[in-house]
Amino acid sequence: MPPAVRFVNVSRHFGSIRAVDDVTLDIAEGEFFAMLGPSGSGKTTCLRLIAGFEQPDEGHIEIFGDTADGVPPYKRNVNTVFQDYALFPHLTVGENVAYGLMIKGVGRAEREAKARDALAMVKLDGFTDRRPAQLSGGQRQRVALSRALVNGPKALLLDEPLGALDLKLREQMQEELRTLQRELGITFVFVTHDQSEALSMADRVAIFSEGRIVQVGSPSDVYERPQSRFVADFVGSSNVLTPAFAACHGGTDRWTSLRPEKIRVVPAGKSVPADHGHADGEIKAINYQGAVTRFSVDGGDIRITAEMPASASSLKEGDRVRLIWPKSAMVTMENDA
Amino acid sequence: MSHAVTVDRNGGIVGKISDVLIARPKLLTLLLLLPPLLWIGIVYIGSLFALLLQSFYSLDYFSGLVVHEFTLSTYAQLLDEANVQIILRTVAMASLVTIACAIIAFPIAYYAARYARGWTKALFYLAVMMPLWSSYLVKIYAWKLILAKEGILTWLAESVHLSWLIDGILAVPIIGGPSLSFSYVGTFLVFVYVWIPYMILPIQAALERVPANYIEASADLGANPRQTFRTVIFPLALPGIIAGSIFTFSLTLGDYIVPTIVGNSRLFIGQAVYTLQGTAGDVPLAAAFTVVPMLIMAFYLWMAKRMGAFDVL
Repeated sequence: MPPAVRFVNVSRHFGSIRAVDDVTLDIAEGEFFAMLGPSGSGKTTCLRLIAGFEQPDEGHIEIFGDTADGVPPYKRNVNTVFQDYALFPHLTVGENVAYGLMIKGVGRAEREAKARDALAMVKLDGFTDRRPAQLSGGQRQRVALSRALVNGPKALLLDEPLGALDLKLREQMQEELRTLQRELGITFVFVTHDQSEALSMADRVAIFSEGRIVQVGSPSDVYERPQSRFVADFVGSSNVLTPAFAACHGGTDRWTSLRPEKIRVVPAGKSVPADHGHADGEIKAINYQGAVTRFSVDGGDIRITAEMPASASSLKEGDRVRLIWPKSAMVTMENDA
Repeated sequence: MSHAVTVDRNGGIVGKISDVLIARPKLLTLLLLLPPLLWIGIVYIGSLFALLLQSFYSLDYFSGLVVHEFTLSTYAQLLDEANVQIILRTVAMASLVTIACAIIAFPIAYYAARYARGWTKALFYLAVMMPLWSSYLVKIYAWKLILAKEGILTWLAESVHLSWLIDGILAVPIIGGPSLSFSYVGTFLVFVYVWIPYMILPIQAALERVPANYIEASADLGANPRQTFRTVIFPLALPGIIAGSIFTFSLTLGDYIVPTIVGNSRLFIGQAVYTLQGTAGDVPLAAAFTVVPMLIMAFYLWMAKRMGAFDVL
């Protein structure tokens, strides 16, 4: 079975800017694939290359085994949910959803029935005759989703679809999207700059930086074993330890990632268990975040962030403390970048 | 002398007025709106009303005086063969000018809205607006020279051996004539020239408001460029076309200078009004003639609204 999407050494330049720079990538059929990266990292351009809104300057793209070179968007069996939804303002919700079917020449009765079903799937029954302008952001998002899905695409492309929604709605939609993807079994390619969104939804995550993919793997893979300082820092937040510091504190002579939640903050002088690394320092800042409390500790030549369950401590700023972590939590990174 | 004057913290009479107005926002709104309302009410609507009133009077042809008695006989006069001809001629010209303007303006506006950037956009605005900066009369006289029998166009046609084309057009009955500057073709060309900026700008504005991702969305949903144009771009540009056509249509309906300078001597509504209220002194019939374009425009707008042209606004 060919991959849903295959990129072979794909580059896309805008003037002197290499928006996508030599990307090679396979997305398997039926996979929920997230493209994660800061803005300007090339993830959206990659999505647009799949949709056909951009053509690669170099390299080659295949969609379900067929070459996509020179194939315009309207001849590709993929559909897109746009960041700002791009619903047509002159058409009703029902007409928006039925648009793709109308273009294909499906008869009025059949396409209206299908549009109603598609709207029911996203729990918008009875909204057929409204205009997009009369809907809330969350409702528009659902219309955009059903407008894409009603065409029965083999892959659905989502460009930061939840970016404009408030937190509560976003969490709800994350769950619904995940369920929808499992039910339909089609490939979802999801672009986001929100690392928690990517980690919670995707089967696999590709992390983009400056037009390149710096790491691909399962969410736990990229979180637990970041291969570069960029990934360690961008996915979650991490303490990136210099080779010198790591070597003196229970690790190897390499750049090392240490997650804040793996570190315990204990009073100064407390004994260190076996197989644990430690460092001493002074608390510079305490940041209460509800479920957890973050400590920023000045360890002399390095500042380390530690995260502990909120109720656990009576520590205050200025206290001398000892930081303790299991040596297994120190992840050596292959890449110095 | 006592100096126990209480200081008015509101600063005297102005302060008191301001207090009153703050407490009564509706009064403030009324005061602010009064001058423009008076302007529109008296100067604008009032004069229109006076005009309407005139059209219900009639002219005593024997004495040449206006009879100030209510009558519909002036409107009945509009139905005379010659007057109906004038109205139909004007409406036909206005319609053709509007259609031609829309057809020519759309690609220009489309290019300006979707492709022109930076200096090409500046050039576009300059090219569209510059003709509006010079006098309308100068432009029309310039066109008379261009279209005249010994004019630039004839000379140009001769030098590229296309004289037969101009002769052919002039030989066509009704629209033809002795020369382009004495024919309906000439009048039509000049009308299209003088009003086209009023068509280009609203269409351009409408197209400018169509985001690129609507076009991408439509392509994404399987529409080829032609289908995208028909189902997305054109419907969204329609309010602009309607707005532009209101300008070109009503401006042509009312104009009397263009057909007077370039054209055969057959009258348009504007010319009829001009002669009737001037030399003929038949103000009631002139007023009745003026009501015709107003009714036509009202009907036109009502139709446009019914067709949903303003739904996206």
